[in-house]
Amino acid sequence: MSKVTIPIGPQHPALKEPARFCLTLNGEKIYEIDLRLGYNHRGIEKACEERTYIQAMYLVERVCGICSHSHSTAFIQAVEEIAGLQLPRRGLYIRTLIAELERIHSHLLWLGVAGHEVGFDTLLMYAWRDRELVMDILADLTGNRVNYGINTIGGVRRDVTPRQIERVTKAMDTFEERTKYYVQVATEESTLIARLSNVGKLCYDDAMRLGAIGPTARACGLERDARKADPYGLYGELDFKVITDKHSDVYGRAVVRLLELMESYRIIRQLCKGMPEGPIAVKAPRKIPAGEALSRYEAPRGEDVHYVRGNGTDKPERVKIRAPTLANLQAVAKMLEDNYLADTTIVIAAIDPCFSCTDRAVLLKKSRRRNEEPVLWNSLRDYGIAWHRKQGLDFGDMNRRFGRMMERSSR
Amino acid sequence: MTALIGILVFPGVFFLSLFGLVCEFVDRKLHARLQHRVGPPWFQPLADFIKLVSKETIIPEEADRTMFRLMPALAVAAAAAAALYIPMWSAKALFSFSGDVIVVIYLLTIPTLTFFLGGWSSTSLYAMIGSVRCLTQLFAYEVPLFMGVLAPFMLASTWNFSELAEFYRAHPGYMIFNVIGFAVSLVALMGKLEKVPFDIPEAETEIVAGSFTEYSGRYLALFRMAVDIEMVVGASLLAAVFLPFGLGLPAGVAFALYVIKVLFVVVLLSILRTLFARLRIDQMVDFCWKYLAPASLVQLLINLAVKGALLS
Repeated sequence: MSKVTIPIGPQHPALKEPARFCLTLNGEKIYEIDLRLGYNHRGIEKACEERTYIQAMYLVERVCGICSHSHSTAFIQAVEEIAGLQLPRRGLYIRTLIAELERIHSHLLWLGVAGHEVGFDTLLMYAWRDRELVMDILADLTGNRVNYGINTIGGVRRDVTPRQIERVTKAMDTFEERTKYYVQVATEESTLIARLSNVGKLCYDDAMRLGAIGPTARACGLERDARKADPYGLYGELDFKVITDKHSDVYGRAVVRLLELMESYRIIRQLCKGMPEGPIAVKAPRKIPAGEALSRYEAPRGEDVHYVRGNGTDKPERVKIRAPTLANLQAVAKMLEDNYLADTTIVIAAIDPCFSCTDRAVLLKKSRRRNEEPVLWNSLRDYGIAWHRKQGLDFGDMNRRFGRMMERSSR
Repeated sequence: MTALIGILVFPGVFFLSLFGLVCEFVDRKLHARLQHRVGPPWFQPLADFIKLVSKETIIPEEADRTMFRLMPALAVAAAAAAALYIPMWSAKALFSFSGDVIVVIYLLTIPTLTFFLGGWSSTSLYAMIGSVRCLTQLFAYEVPLFMGVLAPFMLASTWNFSELAEFYRAHPGYMIFNVIGFAVSLVALMGKLEKVPFDIPEAETEIVAGSFTEYSGRYLALFRMAVDIEMVVGASLLAAVFLPFGLGLPAGVAFALYVIKVLFVVVLLSILRTLFARLRIDQMVDFCWKYLAPASLVQLLINLAVKGALLS
């Protein structure tokens, strides 16, 4: 067979979100990769500048459906730093508890997806069945299964009861037992090992050079974990290990995630045991003083970085989000080189990509004009309305009514 | 007239289709239960079939229309034709001649070829890659399947199903020697039916649906029916060759026994496909030539030795 170019994406059954990997194949082997992002840009950073800090927090939580708590925590950590707020201990404990529960749910989700990508649907069904347990706990603690909305500037919004703590502790036993079983499956099932090991190799130096983070980096033996490197919240006081692995392939990434699950159970046990009494939040000012802060947060997928600059009003002047997937994408192109077509999807899936988190234009420019000027949020909105009107869709009436309603309610 | 009824209704196309749907249901339900899922209700395969038949058919502009339309029908025809030579619940098949086992095995190869040709003539990239994988896989499992299936015939010194049945009725104990052949044929059959871990030609996370990517409506329904019939025929073949007992019983009992035998093979296939991850095409070829083919050779050697020692 001569060289064939096969597009994976923007729409493809293996991809849960739109991204385009254009693969040039030489038989079954990958010869060249062309990667394109940006199908899912939603303008969240820009939108944050038009909203108050509290509104922006809920918006930022929706950057990602899986690590929603990660994004909102990373954001408000920066805001709290600017405002100089001292968080109550109980609030911190609850925030960390949710963070670790989220890690469990994310890693179990990944395990299932990885199983599905290599055609091992049984693993998908098992992992997702167990994931339901943690989803139920999260729903019990926060009221929601995904976008928890438990964070608020200065603490958390909901307290936990002793009964809930007991439930969480009890669930950890079940999780531990199940995870041990998955570790056993991963280390003993021959077809699974055949599909995962020596696939998507990324050596230590390349991981260093390309700036890989999270489990992807840790599977290359790189000890990169924001929880240890730059302890935020409670992590400085908690006892846990940074899991690393020397396999440097997809198999190593699976092992790292599975063992990290075990660490998460340990952390949650400590949190449940040492949960202090007291208030869960402090009152935060509506107007945040001028200043800037950079917040690092170890999301399940890797380090999540948020930058916030305040100008003394109740709205942030600039918010910048660097989602973990963006840092790992360079590494994916490297990993895919000289692999089989059949391994493409598992190699991409192995970094646990989240393209909607990643897609983020720094600056939108009008392309037709010579003197390129940035497009503002309002003009973007006007452009959208005009475009839809041209297509025969006019929401003008509804918009005006909605605007009046908002005005009345704010008065 | 009897022959026509035999071909079209019982035990021909109609019966095979129905039984194929039953087998698909058993396979899907068991697969689901093993995965802690609820699984489909009993009529789901039939409902799927009716739904597909009633849907619009879309044929790609670039595709070779004649080939594209012809292949599904050919697949069903070939799979169903193979069934006519396999004895199911009596020692005698509907049609029989000396050497019919060779014809059956080759007829069972035709559906795979139609998958290849159908996918190739639909000109989609995914379908083409799936088709190429289909053929690559064919070369890997076909030889072990042939040798595995032919080993019991060698023991009976015949190329005819009916004579094979007569031989094992006379010497039931000899069935035990064919265990390796049964295992090899079962695994090779999984390759033929494109089931996990050998579902490489239709790996949904890589190449959408492989050869069937561009197929829709009644052509897809026919292809799926062909796969179902292939499953029944393949299972019947294994039952006839490796489990040739109880063929002399009264018709009703023998029929029930036949159904149980086929379902037993289907259940085995279903359990196996729950247990594994999909292999890569190179790993699949490696596996077939490194383990499956030698195993079938061992089976041939055993049968030669048994024949020399016990039957001479």
